[in-house]
Amino acid sequence: MAALVWESSKEGAGGFWEVVTSPQAVAALKLSLGAAAVVALVNAVVGTVIAWVLVRDEFPGKSIVNSIIDLPFALPTIVAGLTLLALYGPTSPVGINVAFTRTAIVLALLFVTLPFVVRTVQPVLLELDKEMEEAARSLGASERVVFTRVVLPNILPGILSGVALAFARAVGEIGSLVIISGSLPYKTEVASVYILTRIEGGDRAGAAAVAVVLLVVSFAVILGIGILRHFATRHEAALEER
Amino acid sequence: MLIGPLAMVFWRTFEHGADAAWNALTQPETIHAFKLTLLIAAIAVPLNTVFGVVAALAIVRRRFPGKGLLNAYIDLPLALSPVVVGLSLFLLYGRDGWFGGWLERNGIDVLFALPAMVLATVFVSLPFVAREVVPTLREIGDEQEQAAKTLGASGWQTFRRITLPAIRWAVVYGVVLTTARCLGEYGAVAVVSGRIQGETETATLRVEERYDSFDLAGAYAISLVLAVVAVLVLVAMIVIKPREESG
Repeated sequence: MAALVWESSKEGAGGFWEVVTSPQAVAALKLSLGAAAVVALVNAVVGTVIAWVLVRDEFPGKSIVNSIIDLPFALPTIVAGLTLLALYGPTSPVGINVAFTRTAIVLALLFVTLPFVVRTVQPVLLELDKEMEEAARSLGASERVVFTRVVLPNILPGILSGVALAFARAVGEIGSLVIISGSLPYKTEVASVYILTRIEGGDRAGAAAVAVVLLVVSFAVILGIGILRHFATRHEAALEER
Repeated sequence: MLIGPLAMVFWRTFEHGADAAWNALTQPETIHAFKLTLLIAAIAVPLNTVFGVVAALAIVRRRFPGKGLLNAYIDLPLALSPVVVGLSLFLLYGRDGWFGGWLERNGIDVLFALPAMVLATVFVSLPFVAREVVPTLREIGDEQEQAAKTLGASGWQTFRRITLPAIRWAVVYGVVLTTARCLGEYGAVAVVSGRIQGETETATLRVEERYDSFDLAGAYAISLVLAVVAVLVLVAMIVIKPREESG
């Protein structure tokens, strides 16, 4: 890590700034952060809904669905990218061709980050005492109020840490994107692919500078999760003392 | 959305007949790529298993300065882009990197060779065992360990007879996740391997190389093998999870 910062600072702060603000690097970083933000938001909603359904509803094949959620963790990302291209590419059997577009990038990122929020919210929902919700209902709270005032505050730390992980993963993702994004500079080149192309082209300072930006994003995410965890465990400790 | 891709790989692989798929899989470079991937996993998984258990024990059972750092360090590979990991290794071990000059004078190949690829894989698959074992250790508490110690058991005996049996399924689960990640790693390995065909090309890199060479049948055939492994991993997870939860 230190070597990375060292390499990027060789040219001085000015050199670093020049590389990071070069139009192509800015476009790549913007795309990565933007797509990751979209993906994180979608995950916050969809992941919570899936976790809710898996915990609270009974339906045939539930345990199979529960296991399939982990598929993106088990499947090599390059395979995920290739198959998404087969599904949504030029020879798509469902008639959708989004290959080499930003839509394809978001789709691929959604696929690889799907399990994060589900897996952080699920355990919290399982532990959650239904009595609280029933108490709220018997006191005349509407379903919406029960959700926003009772359920949501309990699962919010879970959702947020899942979203943070999904965001970090989406910003740095490469395997599933190399094939499906087409890596067109300024259009569909994400930051990680930009770094890889720079390394292969021998431009180490350029690669290192953008990598440092990603490194900072990663640290920020870890710090955020650490703070969340701190609050969550303090909350638990307070409950136990009572 | 999740099943579709798998069915798709299957269909695309056998679109041109089983022979085409078989030919693609038995090319010497492809066989070498699979062997290399397995070799890297065979080195990285045991290393990370030992590290994961030791780190988890340290985090849960001990208090020491820098504990927060170790905790953060274990999360780092999850949040960090594998390309950034690869680049860091590249800058450290490359010809004019920090260790690169010394290594070159002593005739040791690290970059574009097995050692760097193992290092990269070890780093990205580092967290899984520790993250599975930490909650289990918290759950079981240390009363039994204390009891064993008062009865005169040594540290190693306590670990082997008391702690290890209690965490074994968590360890196995972590190992399964680690293995999946090792076999499927792309980004970090892509940077440090140099992708020399028949030498430093792993299975995932081979998929991309076949795709770029317009050999789609080959790319899909290798993908199918990797996807089958992924499904086996899922099955293993289904089998292990209930045991882990019941202790």
